[in-house]
Amino acid sequence: MAEHIIELQDVTKYYDDNLVIDHVSFYVNKGEFITFLGPSGCGKTTTLRMIAGFDLPTSGKILLNGEDISLLPPNRRPVNTVFQRYALFPHLNVFENIAFGLKCKRVQNTYENAEGKRYTKKERLSKKEIAEKVKKALALVDLEGFEKRSISTLSGGQQQRVAIARAIVNEPEILLLDEPLGALDLKMRKEMQLELKAMHKRLGITFIYVTHDQEEALTMSDTIVVMADGVVQQIGTPTGIYNEPANTFVADFIGESNIFNGTVVGDRLVRFCGKTFECVDDFEKNELVDVVVRPEDIHMCAPEEGKLRGKVISVVFKGIHYEITVQVGKFEVVIQSTARREEGEEIGMNIPAEEIHLMKPTYTTNVYDGVITKRNTVKFAEGEFDCDVTQLYPGSHIDEEDYLITATGEKIDLTDVEVRVEVGLNDIEISDDQEAGGTMGRIISIIYKGDHYRLIVRTEEEEEDFVLSTEDLWNENDLVSVIIPKEKIKLSLKHTEEKSI
Amino acid sequence: MKLPRFSRKTLCIPYAVFLVFFVVLPMLVIFFYAFTDENLHPSFGAFIKFFSDPTKLSTIVYSLVIALITTILCLLIAYPVAYILARSKMKKKFIILMLFVLPMWINFVLRVNAIRELFNLLASLKGMGWLASANYFKTVFGMVYDFLPFMILPLYTTMLKIDNSLYEASADLGASAATTFFRVTVPLSMPGIMSGVTMVFLPSMTNYVVSDMLGNAKVTIIGKFISDYFGNDWHMGSMIALVLLVVVFLSTWLSGGFKSEENVRGTSL
Repeated sequence: MAEHIIELQDVTKYYDDNLVIDHVSFYVNKGEFITFLGPSGCGKTTTLRMIAGFDLPTSGKILLNGEDISLLPPNRRPVNTVFQRYALFPHLNVFENIAFGLKCKRVQNTYENAEGKRYTKKERLSKKEIAEKVKKALALVDLEGFEKRSISTLSGGQQQRVAIARAIVNEPEILLLDEPLGALDLKMRKEMQLELKAMHKRLGITFIYVTHDQEEALTMSDTIVVMADGVVQQIGTPTGIYNEPANTFVADFIGESNIFNGTVVGDRLVRFCGKTFECVDDFEKNELVDVVVRPEDIHMCAPEEGKLRGKVISVVFKGIHYEITVQVGKFEVVIQSTARREEGEEIGMNIPAEEIHLMKPTYTTNVYDGVITKRNTVKFAEGEFDCDVTQLYPGSHIDEEDYLITATGEKIDLTDVEVRVEVGLNDIEISDDQEAGGTMGRIISIIYKGDHYRLIVRTEEEEEDFVLSTEDLWNENDLVSVIIPKEKIKLSLKHTEEKSI
Repeated sequence: MKLPRFSRKTLCIPYAVFLVFFVVLPMLVIFFYAFTDENLHPSFGAFIKFFSDPTKLSTIVYSLVIALITTILCLLIAYPVAYILARSKMKKKFIILMLFVLPMWINFVLRVNAIRELFNLLASLKGMGWLASANYFKTVFGMVYDFLPFMILPLYTTMLKIDNSLYEASADLGASAATTFFRVTVPLSMPGIMSGVTMVFLPSMTNYVVSDMLGNAKVTIIGKFISDYFGNDWHMGSMIALVLLVVVFLSTWLSGGFKSEENVRGTSL
């Protein structure tokens, strides 16, 4: 069994009143290259800073080789950090920067005195020893002969190398790297990635690396810890995380993904995009799932041979493959393929069962794509609902002509604006009276949850689902109308998604 | 209407005129008076008289010592204040900074007067009589009080610019708090120290208002000397001013104040 060099036990961190790390536990094996990956603000840098000792956990323990170091100051931990913006000392030259840690160091030397007794003494390193170590470290980062250079005369890449040399010259048990390549250009970054990986092999020490770049994480790491909102989402090898993402967040963050809402309709059968597919994951019948399909796992074929059929709406050349977006009914499907298709072409698509990944959905609300109408109502799921559009712009109001006036007095015509509509599970009512609600649907699933029923109402045409809780007993396949109170409809503006054009 | 266009050169003219009339010419006048006699003939009289007069030389030394003590005291008091204020995450720290700087907004003579009255009051208390004749102590006290803001401000601004990650890097590399202070904080705040020292050292050598009012006119610093001589002997006055100029030049040069552009930038408030 591999030795755990660092172990976090139920670590929680608050900055003032903000929870940034929420009960995180994991361990790092000795000698491995582990990466904390996540979007900015996910807590990855804070986790690193707690291992370095710059921040102390609010609760929980950090163990180093089994010893609790949670409250140890940074200068007494056998770890060294490569900082995001290098943090080189501007008043010292390259040699002095790298020698800084060595000059602070005390080593135990054993001597024999006149009577033959052995004794140990804590001593500073000699000038010669320091000079030798610095020279070796500079050779390791390919900066031989740079000793006398001042920091301000170095390029970003060279500063980066000095920062790495300054950290590894102390022979730490763990090297912490906080987005060290963030400031370099793409080509330089790729080079440094490989160099760091090679350095890790040569030195044999544990590397803990923080990045928001998923490609960097996949390239370099033995193990990846995916974080979001201060919580560990998944820990695994790069291949494991890519091929078997634990949830839609991981699927979405690592690589490209198509994510659909699906329903399990039978034994290893899942329905999404209006079709039923075979799959390999076993879920309860009628369970709502998130379906994740990687773009490279969708195979294109002739229109009549495909389970899915659609029209190509965009083709983008990405170097080694084409990224093809296909409109299938109301869904957009992204495919990566080395084969080219023309815009407007009709194609068929098949997805092998083992490439369809089902996951328990994490959502607790219903989310729809909606459009605001002329009358300031919102259209979604084949229906039209009264809503309060002023929530889109804080402090705004509606004037007599139904225009929206923002807090700053700007006049906005909301007609045809696309919005994200959110409705809580407990904010939806259903009724037999088919005129009462904004839209109609059939009950496709009833699950008794102990004190209430969890119903899924599906609209007939677009197959939009309303998940709702009710205490009343209904029958499956009942046609009902869906009622949502005006104040319960949460609207937010859709930020135009980044699409490569 | 078309605006008249000025070239960079034309814009410089007013400054050049200013420099000539208020810096270069007066300097030449001082130089001229220092090396002439009553009949305005070239003479080393003032020069020889100055360097052969022990009172004059000792006054220069006294001034230097008083200025030195004042500067060191200001530095010792200001450094911790600036360090703590610059590094604290307090939201209202500018209020504390302002309280330190606030006395600058009150008339200088008034402040010195107030101190004198306070000292007089204290001296009248039982067992505090020694204060009445502690002229040097009172002079230095007054100078420290008056010049402290000029030390705090440049120190504070330079320390504010030191990136927090440098402190973290130092600790990360195994440096104790004391090592970090002497090997990171002090060298990086050097421009602020230099600027503060210059701004306190020079006025405390020449500003004789404080020594006059608090030192019972027993403490004569070089500034007082110059002003006295300009009453009757312009030649000697000019010579002393010139000597002071050389002393200041030498001390600035020795402390590396002319070294580089970067330092100058660091010293600006």
